[in-house]
Amino acid sequence: MSLLRPKDDTQPWKGRYYPYDLVKELCIAVGVVGLLAVLLTVLFSSPDDKPSTIAQWSQQKPVDFVTAAVKELDGTSGTAEYGPPYNHSSGSVQHFLFLHPQRWLGVSHPIDTEVDFVLRPLETIPNDPALSGALAQYRAAPEKQRKEWGEAYAKPLEETATAEEENKTPPGTVSERNGQVVVTPSGPAGPVPVLMERLLALAKSGGVDGSLLTSKQFFQTDYTQPLLFMADGGLLAERAEQQHLLGDQWGMMNETGSYPGQPWLWLYSLWYQVEPMKSSPNADIQVLLIMSLLSLAFICIPFIPGINILPRRIPIYKLIWKEHYRAERSA
Amino acid sequence: MSSVSPDPPATQAPIKSWTVKVREAGVAALPPEKLLPDGQPTYVASWIYMFGVASIAALIVIIGSGSILSLKGPAWWHYTGVGHFFNSIHLWSVELFFFAMVVHLWGKYWMASWRGGRSRVWMTGAVTFLVAVPCALTGYVSQQNFDAQWISTQAKDSMNSVGVGSFFNLTNFGQMYSYHVLLLPIAVVALVSAHVLLVRKHGVAPPFEFEQRIADLTPAPGSGGDGSGAASDRASA
Amino acid sequence: MSSAAVIGAIVNLNHPAHTVDWSFIHLSVANVVVIGLMLVVFALAVVLPFPGASRRRGGSR
Repeated sequence: MSLLRPKDDTQPWKGRYYPYDLVKELCIAVGVVGLLAVLLTVLFSSPDDKPSTIAQWSQQKPVDFVTAAVKELDGTSGTAEYGPPYNHSSGSVQHFLFLHPQRWLGVSHPIDTEVDFVLRPLETIPNDPALSGALAQYRAAPEKQRKEWGEAYAKPLEETATAEEENKTPPGTVSERNGQVVVTPSGPAGPVPVLMERLLALAKSGGVDGSLLTSKQFFQTDYTQPLLFMADGGLLAERAEQQHLLGDQWGMMNETGSYPGQPWLWLYSLWYQVEPMKSSPNADIQVLLIMSLLSLAFICIPFIPGINILPRRIPIYKLIWKEHYRAERSA
Repeated sequence: MSSVSPDPPATQAPIKSWTVKVREAGVAALPPEKLLPDGQPTYVASWIYMFGVASIAALIVIIGSGSILSLKGPAWWHYTGVGHFFNSIHLWSVELFFFAMVVHLWGKYWMASWRGGRSRVWMTGAVTFLVAVPCALTGYVSQQNFDAQWISTQAKDSMNSVGVGSFFNLTNFGQMYSYHVLLLPIAVVALVSAHVLLVRKHGVAPPFEFEQRIADLTPAPGSGGDGSGAASDRASA
Repeated sequence: MSSAAVIGAIVNLNHPAHTVDWSFIHLSVANVVVIGLMLVVFALAVVLPFPGASRRRGGSR
């Protein structure tokens, strides 16, 4: 017995054959499945919800945009604190026991949110002496000073966001006026208010979308930067919640609208809903490891005692081979 | 005058000719009557046997509709009715593909179709399913719409958690599109081909034999010295 | 112009999904329909008679 041949005594078939046209069967199958696909298309079509842009985000939710932008600047956003493969932080680094593959594979897509998401796009704006002055002041300041300015500007925005999430009255330090976001910083904010005001204007014009996409070269197919920036804000999540795509809505299985999604991901989604994965910061690696083990077991079903015996014990086969067994009995 | 070229003359090809070896191995494993038989055992008499070919048919429709989508590029379906039509065919044929594959694997499980040296048939089928899942994922993130934005920014956390995100970037449309239209379909087609060739080689798994089932249900007499083999049969798949 | 008219569908599925909720399980109706159909089709496939029985009775070795 070789490794790939579990022990069994199934004998080669020495019984009767009957004419069977495999090529015709395939052609009929392609015809039937093709017609079924066309029928479903004519009945239901397919979803195509338009993508969000940074321009839309900044126009529809300017306070949310500025909140995310200042966190990119002061290094406290989700992306800034993520860790590999974007940077050396540890906010989203997962591990399982002694397995730290995220760390081991390292930083392969370096993103410096302060420079890439804020300063570099602002530097593309020409003929703005106030902005040039603010950028020069910011770049000349030591790291500690920049952080203090950033935190002073970010604090009222975070407090407002938290109050809104908890359905409480916001502290009144943030307001919108004529399309501008007006923030009362909690301390000296230096050039940060000017930088944020200019970035908001650039974003509304579509300039940040373009700048983040083509920063490295003219031809680009990598949307990592604009997507990560948007994901640090609330617009994508808000749309996702409306479409039942959030994790606790079993969103992994779902499609936008009322279309069927990916029902084959049912088990993968299920693990995220049960403890300890549900509340674990390492949920992703835990679920992937569980699914890897189960996938291996799925492949190796022929060799797993108990599982490979079940088909004999639960006689669904009697229905499938009823004609064969009837013929045997009458013979 | 015939336009068909005559058969090439038999050469004195050396025994070590790779061509001869490959040809002889292929023909030995799958002579034409086995590769494309015109008959099936009489126990192949259930609709459940149709779901393998239904899966292949769905795959053919997927590749056909996907090829039309790739003829005009990834943005086409967003701004033309014809493009949207073929995108819909592509989406529904994917749903039909997974539908047929799951019903097929349920049937094959309850028939224990890995018996008689057919474990590789089961394994190639299982791996095909598991490779089809990331093939679908790369398709979803290549849609260039809101769904693609959401799926890519969420699923990237899973990829990153196991280090895969360092070389498989879901937010990199160019990379995902390449995987989706070339690399993963090649993998799926190669696996399906291996799976089908193995089925042709080993034949469709036969039924659990009536006598065998009786032996399974009958307790072995005494200490099993009657040579019935029932105990070992019970231990087999 | 409704989105159904724009994309030519007879049935408009471009509205937020209804869900089937049971304990911690929340599945979209569409997914429940697909999974349910799989079970029904499997059951029918193993139960329904397959055509060609007379050919099989008169089969050859």
